[in-house]
Amino acid sequence: MKRINALKLIAAQFEDELVICNIGFPSRELYAVKDSVNHFYMLGSMGMASSIGLGLALAQKRKVVALDGDGSLLMNLGSLVTIYNQKPENFILVVLDNECYGSTGSQCTYATTVDLSRLAAAVGFKNIFKFTDPEKKLDLKTVLEVEGPVFIHVKVEAGNADVPVIDMEPEEIKERFMVGLK
Amino acid sequence: MDSSEAVYKGLKKAGVNFVVSLPCVNLGKIMEMVDCDPDIIHIPVTREEEGFGICAGAYMGGKKTAILMQNSGLGNSVNVLASLYKLYQLPLLMVMSHRGTKGEFMSAQIPMGEATPGVLDALEIAYFLPKTPEDACKILSGAWLLSEMGGSPVAMLLEIEYW
Ligand SMILES: Cc1ncc(C[n+]2csc(CCOP(=O)(O)OP(=O)(O)O)c2C)c(N)n1
Ligand SMILES: [Mg+2]
Repeated sequence: MKRINALKLIAAQFEDELVICNIGFPSRELYAVKDSVNHFYMLGSMGMASSIGLGLALAQKRKVVALDGDGSLLMNLGSLVTIYNQKPENFILVVLDNECYGSTGSQCTYATTVDLSRLAAAVGFKNIFKFTDPEKKLDLKTVLEVEGPVFIHVKVEAGNADVPVIDMEPEEIKERFMVGLK
Repeated sequence: MDSSEAVYKGLKKAGVNFVVSLPCVNLGKIMEMVDCDPDIIHIPVTREEEGFGICAGAYMGGKKTAILMQNSGLGNSVNVLASLYKLYQLPLLMVMSHRGTKGEFMSAQIPMGEATPGVLDALEIAYFLPKTPEDACKILSGAWLLSEMGGSPVAMLLEIEYW
């Protein structure tokens, strides 16, 4: 499954969830398939999606979903340990794993040899869901019901969709998101 | 006033209610006070950069945030400060133990200690250098407003002689 299709399927199942989306093409693709006041698009700070999501989940009660990438998670692996220890019930970490740095030309990451779900399990995560079969529908019904922190591992194909850059200023992204939260 | 208590009181007066930390020997007492405070969420982190990410999310979720860190951790966090905090104009109080300053006994601390003010200048992050606990407390009390109005982190460098 292409990443943009995974994003489309995932975003369609969100109602009130707050979404922190990873830098680069993931944010551009999400913006193209579905935009919402509940979306915060990262334009920089590679690796920080899971941390921003964790802070947001700890600060308020609504459910938070961080849409991370394999390369970005590998850049901030300590985040898994902190999330596990803080045990935010309202936090879901989704890793869109294409085994590469997709946004910069699909150079391989070490996710080619390391199973990120097993890594999360070794850290101690109890609720881990792995979606590998491209034909199997990405159904998040049970996932959205279990208590967090939840780790969702979605295997996707390498490659980016032909979508434009996000035509919002960083401050606009922040203001809209924060106003929506009030 | 005790040097650690002054920082804690200043943060309280500023209304800070969410703190991330990574220890320096000089920060131990403040970390304990923050940890014992039922009105402050305290999150120990594995790397300062991660702490900045967590505080950004917490701020958007309505909290007033601060990080307790050694100046070495500034080196671990330059990109998140530039491409998250500066880019989106986010506030944060950075309380930094500034090692490698006058009286330092570990030569290993000196290079990053000397680089620290220049790194903050390059990031256009304003910083204060209080000499006494009274100063630190007073500056911190007003620092959140300054940070939020300026749309930028504000730092406090606590040199070895401060403690
Ligand atoms: C600190 C830093 N290093 C490198 C980059 C360049 N960069 C931007 S996006 C990206 C790839 C991210 O990979 P991944 O998280 O797997 O997401 P994907 O694009 O594959 O979905 C890289 C390397 C950057 N923006 N910041
Ligand atoms: Mg990737």
